[in-house]
Parts: sequence; C-alpha cells; structure tokens
Amino acid sequence: MTDFERRSIISGIGQSAVGRRLGRSGLDLTLDAAVEAIADAGLTTADIDGIATYPGAVGGAGPGFSGPGTPEVQDALRLNVDWHSGGIEGAAQLAAVINAVMAVGAGLARHVLVYRTVTESTEQGAGGRQGIGIGGAGGGRDAPRMGGALQWSIPFRAYSAANWLAMNAHRHFHEYGTTPEQLAMIAINARRNARLNPKAVYRDPMTLADYLGCRIITSPFRLYDCDAPVDGSTAVIVSAAQHAADVDHPVARVEAVGTALRGRPSWDQFDDMTTMAARDAGAQLWSRTDLKPTDVDVAELYDGFSFLAMTWLEALRFCGKGESGPFVEGGHRIALDGEVPLNTHGGQLSAGRLHGFGFIHEACLQLRGEAGDRQVRTGVEVAAVANGGGPIAGALLLTRQG
Amino acid sequence: MSPAPFRVQPALDDDNRFFWTSGEDGRLRFLRCQACGYYMHPPLPRCPECGSRDVLPESVSGRGEVFSFTVNHQSWDGGNEPYAIVLITFPEQDGLRLTSNLVNCPPDDVRIGLPVRVVFEQHDLVWFPLFEPA
Repeated sequence: MTDFERRSIISGIGQSAVGRRLGRSGLDLTLDAAVEAIADAGLTTADIDGIATYPGAVGGAGPGFSGPGTPEVQDALRLNVDWHSGGIEGAAQLAAVINAVMAVGAGLARHVLVYRTVTESTEQGAGGRQGIGIGGAGGGRDAPRMGGALQWSIPFRAYSAANWLAMNAHRHFHEYGTTPEQLAMIAINARRNARLNPKAVYRDPMTLADYLGCRIITSPFRLYDCDAPVDGSTAVIVSAAQHAADVDHPVARVEAVGTALRGRPSWDQFDDMTTMAARDAGAQLWSRTDLKPTDVDVAELYDGFSFLAMTWLEALRFCGKGESGPFVEGGHRIALDGEVPLNTHGGQLSAGRLHGFGFIHEACLQLRGEAGDRQVRTGVEVAAVANGGGPIAGALLLTRQG
Repeated sequence: MSPAPFRVQPALDDDNRFFWTSGEDGRLRFLRCQACGYYMHPPLPRCPECGSRDVLPESVSGRGEVFSFTVNHQSWDGGNEPYAIVLITFPEQDGLRLTSNLVNCPPDDVRIGLPVRVVFEQHDLVWFPLFEPA
C-alpha cells in the first residue's frame, strides 16, 4: 500500500517579517511569505494550481486572527487553481497542510500554496489580550448574547482558552503530580532557543525565578505560559513528490498525518482532560508509519500555552502518559542537544504566535539544515510537528529527502 | 466573592431555556433521556446513548464536587478578579460535567474534590447556576 501522504513533499517555505505591531495588512504579509515560498520551491505563480489556508476569512474569531481568505490571495497573485480550500474545522491549523497533501495525493493539484497569517499584535493594539464574547475592552451591557457551545463557558467568565486549558493543566497536576517548576521548563526552553533565532520576538534570558515571579493569568498559567501575539505570515508549498528532483535543496517528505478525534469534541466534556484530542491524533500518526518516536530528531509541538507542548510530548509518545512533567524537568531532554529537541525556534511562547505554521516552517528548516545557530545537528532525518489544544489536534511527521 | 457585576448572557432559545431559567425554583436541571435514563449536557434533540427522542429536563440534587478549576486573575471583563472557574461533576452520572464559578468563599480555597452545592445568581431573565462549598 502506498499511503497518500508519501505522494507529497513540502518543496518550498516562506515567511514574512514577524513582529509586534508591524502595522502592515495581512494580505501584504501573506504575499511576502507566498512569493518567497513559491521561489524557494523552484516555481512561479503559473505553476501553482492549488491554494489552502487556515482558517479562511472568518469573522468573529478575534481581531487579526484570520488573515486573508484564499480568494483574496488567489486574486492578488492571479493564480489559476484546480483546487482550493479554507476552513477552521479540522485537524487544527495543520488541516490546511493536510488537506493540500490529500489534494495532491488525489491528483487534484500538483503545487499547492498553503499559508497562515496573523495580525493579532497590530489589531489588538494597546488593549491587551481580549477574551471571547465580551465585545472588546471590558464587556458591558452591550455585549452580545452567547449561543452555541460558547454559552457553556463565557457566561461563567471563562473568556479565554487560557481559562479552559488551565483546568486541563490542573487535572494533570492532580492526577500525575506535575509541578509549576516542570511546566516552567517549556517556557524556559523556548526562550533559550529563541535567543538563537533572530526573528524571535522575545530573546531576553529567562530564569526559573523570572518565570515563577511573573504574574498569574489564570492558575496554574503565568504570563510566560501564554504565547505572544504577533504579526506575520508563513507559507509552504505542498508539491507532488516527483518535484523533489527539480528543487535545489533538500525537501521535507510527508511521512504520516494524525487527524483523529475520538472523544467528545468539547473543551470541558472530553473524557480525559489530561490528554484531550492530541491523544488520538498522536496515536493515529504512529499507526500510519513504520518510524518510531525514537526516530524523531526534532519536535515542533504547539505551545499556545506551555502545557499543550507537554500534552503533545505524551500524545506523540516521547514519554509515557502523565510523565511529561518528569520528562521536561531540568530541561535537558528537550534542549537543542537533548534526546527530543523541542520548539527549536522558540515556539509561540518566545518566537511569536504564528499560530501553528511557525512549527512547520521550523521543522522544514531543521530538516534542510538551514536553521543557523539553532540547528540541532547535521543530518536531521525526521521531524514531528503538532498543532492544537483541547478538542483540536493535528500532527504531521516529516522526513528529509535530498 | 461578591456577585459578578456583569455576565455575558446566553441567547435563550427553545433548546436551552429550561437550563438557564431552571434556578427560578432553586433547582438545577439537565436534559434526561426518558428511555434509558442518560443525562446529557449540553442539551441535544435526541439521546446520544440510545437514540430516543423522548428527552426532558429533570432536576438533580445540585450537589457535586470540583473536578478541576482555575483561579482567574486576568481582567477580561473589568470585574472582581481573582475569581474561581470550576468544572463540576455530579453524583447522578459519571462524566456529567458543568463549567461554572465557585462563590461564597475565597477563590484560593478551591481545590479538586471540594464538595459543592448549587446556588443561583439571577441577572435579568437568566439564573446562572453557580456553586458554593457544601
């Protein structure tokens, strides 16, 4: 059997400027990333016959969250496409990439431009992070009434995924004895790596004392457990595998995907609060490849909140269930020279919240040996990428070719 | 904790009105399958366990315990931080859970396993089911 995944490669990558309050439009940033990725793939816009994004131009998801939809980008680049897709439901942000891999595998497209753009820093302005459903700064009588799934959290002042996932983290603490000092290592490791990444937004040193001394957002999450909103766009080109021979650099070959969701797709009703959807996406990924967790050279695992990287370490079986606390303790195993180098660019905690796509970009750089001072070693062969938290999860296993 | 000065209100409709107005008589209600006895939350038009359409609101004891929690310090709504957000489980059915707030005690008194009972905070036409130490 030839699994559909292996019909695709990531032939090119591109990324705009990344920063706080760049003051540029999402489309402007997206075109920077797209043009760079297309050229990196050895292609021109005339070769691109597919386009995909997460989440598409959806309203109501928060200022600067969406980026431009595919029609806007298609038109700006004057693309002619045989397949196009944008949407917020699916295997986390990676759904856009995985959909493109499926489209290429199915023969609907040969070179798909996939991108994710955020302008959350500029559009949130000086007002700070906002909660969901309170209409901006501080609620009031004019806040909208809440229907759908959010009516079961927002009226109880659980306004943010920070609140929801903090309850998952406390269950993990309760069931497995996980400690704040262990959680801290995700943030400290990210900062340590960000210091070697010129594009990272936070590069000052961070000690355990710094971490423990910063303010609580929603226990057990402190400020440094929460990712940093930025502006930026990341693009990748998903191509038919045959194109690898026409590219002048190594490429990332798609080895396996994880898209499963086998519990109730709900932030507070999922059966096992300590694992959530990552559990099943991770298990499915390993069921679709002969590679093993010990084969992975670099792990780029979603850290919208620090705790999520711990759940992914468990879900992808780098450690046992419930064992991510001891696994990350001291930070040695997850360091650049450790057994599972984690979030080598600084993650979203320190490099900035590119919302999922920063991880796939970094995985490709590491596989290609182009990660500069933070390159984990020469000859990176296998990279794991994971996105999502709570009831949202998607994972991707990439290997180097060339 | 004093009552929240403000709460985002649910948009009441025929499916959720029973829940959000249940506290008018001091009782907490969930939808329950009349065929197999399964409590469901959030409400559904048919039972996910047996498929029956015969589902009706039924009151529960209102007693439960804290399954998980977070003490929120961030000012999202300009209210009275810190406050405790809790996930409550109920003895009536394993896995029946409700996100809510712990009230009538210091937020830092919250812990997993804390026995609680329901109290209601009325804002306009909605009775928010909250929980206090039992």
